[in-house]
Amino acid sequence: MKVLTRMGDSSNVELTKEELRTEFEQGSEYAAKKAKVPVLTENEVDYLVDMFAAPTRIWGCQRGNEVVMTKDGCVNALNSSRMSSGVVAPVNREVGVRLFESMLGFDSMEISHNDYSVKPQRFLKALEMLHVELLMETTIFPLLYGFMPNLGLYYRPDGSFENPSDLLPIGKIDEARRTQEEAGKACLDDCIEMSDCMLEMGADGIDFDTVASTGDAEFYSVLQACDHVANDTGLPVEIGMSAEMVLGFHGQLEYNGKRLAGMWPHQQLQICEEAGCAIFGPVSNTNTKKTVPWNLGKALTFVKACTEIAEIPVHPNVGMGVGGVPMFETPAVDVVTRCSAAMIEIGHADGL
Amino acid sequence: MHIAHLLASSMGGIRAAGDLVARMQLSKKMRITEAKEYVADKLHVTPLDLSDPTLMRQLREELDIGVVTGVPGIAKGMAAKVRIAELLDIEINCVEQFKKKTGLVPGPKAAGT
Repeated sequence: MKVLTRMGDSSNVELTKEELRTEFEQGSEYAAKKAKVPVLTENEVDYLVDMFAAPTRIWGCQRGNEVVMTKDGCVNALNSSRMSSGVVAPVNREVGVRLFESMLGFDSMEISHNDYSVKPQRFLKALEMLHVELLMETTIFPLLYGFMPNLGLYYRPDGSFENPSDLLPIGKIDEARRTQEEAGKACLDDCIEMSDCMLEMGADGIDFDTVASTGDAEFYSVLQACDHVANDTGLPVEIGMSAEMVLGFHGQLEYNGKRLAGMWPHQQLQICEEAGCAIFGPVSNTNTKKTVPWNLGKALTFVKACTEIAEIPVHPNVGMGVGGVPMFETPAVDVVTRCSAAMIEIGHADGL
Repeated sequence: MHIAHLLASSMGGIRAAGDLVARMQLSKKMRITEAKEYVADKLHVTPLDLSDPTLMRQLREELDIGVVTGVPGIAKGMAAKVRIAELLDIEINCVEQFKKKTGLVPGPKAAGT
């Protein structure tokens, strides 16, 4: 008998039960080998095989095991373009946030601009502050202000700093490192400026999202910003990562004596805890050429390694193209609900 | 996709008590079990009850901490959060800012006023 499931690009694929088990095991082994963490146990794989072999369209966690949701990208799914799986609904940000609170029953929400990086948001600071201030008056659930640090926007041609991607291929290693440090300082200043503003507007926290998308220099800036926001102002910080491993574009940056380049999720968690982070969001990137079971086995292995040692809540990323969810703009509920429930029942996530 | 996650795993926000548990994760860095136990203790219910929209709909109205449906006269927005801060024994940033703006607590006015 064949089991109908999906590939990482969301297309259908049929597997035997034995093939299904092998996919979970090989995904887990891949993650375990990379991050040097334990593989999923036999019982855990049994649960996953039973879950995926069930013919039901949707799946869910056990009643009583529900977790809280935090969110990135504000209401982009409502009013943005296909890039954010957006449906271009004629709904503004204030209405959208209220809908997420009431109609969708979200546990918390993030306010941000459609142009989600901190650099463009800084130019709209007053508007951003006003929308946060007004929404704090009218909503009940926790509201974080969020943005991507997106260090890439600080480099030419978008920014004023030399681009390390131009310098590295011609062997200018020191210059490439220096420009990352200088751009990182500018990014840090923007992160702190926007965070401090939102503290005054009454925000419940700051969400640094898609962190380390340009590697270790960006991660370093975020950790410094987190330290300021969490420890100097007392405002809670959520850090959601962009990838399962921190790329070493700089290669030498350390935080609290620990080298950032090459860190895997459980190591990222620990350094974020040291910086004062309140909620950590690990990422496992979906490989579109592998099956969803393979990708979920990999993601759960990374997440379990985090939740077993975490002192703070862990909210794995389970949006499009992460956490086992296919990389496709309309992900199917059969696999999304299974990835969602598995993160709780096997990954022991504190939230999503 | 949001709806898929909500169906599969969510506590349901202000439909139940997900917002209260989320506040404890944020403000006290509590993991999910501890956060649920803390909120359940404050509400005199079980952790299982916190995700039950039937039980929580009525309890939220009794506690006047905001409900998901439109009911005239029930605490909304800031008023609900003032009561939630008291109920959970936590500080909520916007509530503190509101108190400063309205002169309910002594001290400098909030920024811009």
